[in-house]
Amino acid sequence: MTRKHGDSLDSRTGRVMAAISVLALTSVLGWTVWTLPPFSDRMQRLVASNMAISGVENPVTAVLLNFRGYDTLLEIGVLLLAALGVFSAVPSPVILSKSTPSPILILLLRLLLPFIVLAGGYILWIGKYAPGGAFQAGAILAAGGILLSTAAVPFNRFATKTMSIAMGIGLLTFIVVALATMMVRGNFLQYPVAQAGTLILVIEAAATISIAIILTILFIGGNPEESPTAKDEGDKAFIIERDNTTK
Amino acid sequence: MTISLLYALVGVVLLGIGLYSLIIYSHLVKKILALNVAGSGVFLFLVATANQTSGPVPDPVPHAMVLTGIVVAVSATALALALACRIHQVTGTARLTENEPE
Repeated sequence: MTRKHGDSLDSRTGRVMAAISVLALTSVLGWTVWTLPPFSDRMQRLVASNMAISGVENPVTAVLLNFRGYDTLLEIGVLLLAALGVFSAVPSPVILSKSTPSPILILLLRLLLPFIVLAGGYILWIGKYAPGGAFQAGAILAAGGILLSTAAVPFNRFATKTMSIAMGIGLLTFIVVALATMMVRGNFLQYPVAQAGTLILVIEAAATISIAIILTILFIGGNPEESPTAKDEGDKAFIIERDNTTK
Repeated sequence: MTISLLYALVGVVLLGIGLYSLIIYSHLVKKILALNVAGSGVFLFLVATANQTSGPVPDPVPHAMVLTGIVVAVSATALALALACRIHQVTGTARLTENEPE
């Protein structure tokens, strides 16, 4: 059996075998889903009865940052690992454009970025009461970072250095809080009830910055290289974006 | 049959489509896309089952799991694409080939 550089598996038997096994698996899974009990709200009741000690009012945030804090801690670690993997796999980041950014794009970014930062901060804050939180806010801020890099806004030395340091700030804050709570309460990530809300907000704020930067880096395919032609507008825009998120 | 059950079954079908494409196609970008389709199926299933509660409020635990899953899927996709770029750079092709002569 030879395989050419075709788009797919050339052998007919291979295709049929794959189709049969996937169909069998899908039918078994479909049957299982069909016969699932209609209601299972034990977990939901468990969450609802513990909301008072979680420090937040949104049950999803309570699960993410308090009841199952381990998951989120490891998840931020996975993000950081992926960024490091991209760093080592791609020899140099994609240079999107060597030309100077168009003045129209700069104007558009000037108008858009404050709203992006505002929306990110709002989503981060509202996560305590309603759908929102660190990941959504980080994704919105990353959209700003991606807009900056696709518009070919040059990054200066300060921006690239800060980005590579701030990548790890989310995981670091999370681990520091986890160890501190272990010393106080004896268990990893067991927040004191009175301070739970504040601690969750601190972790989420740090995580938002890290997530925004890591997602931008994943998009570019590496840390943006310091541009020799870095002009003021691009740098300012990026620094302002980050400063506002830390508040 | 409730709407949630329909969504859950669509999730299972998406998982099947993703797995089939993952096996069939040899191009790495197609494989990565197939994995994403399969992952979306799993997320759809989880969100749909979260809605199958007796009250009006969905179960928050699967929602939190899906939120975590989306972030992990995005970072894994980015890493996979970076590796695919590297493979293309080193071997000159972005396909998995079998028994290539030395």
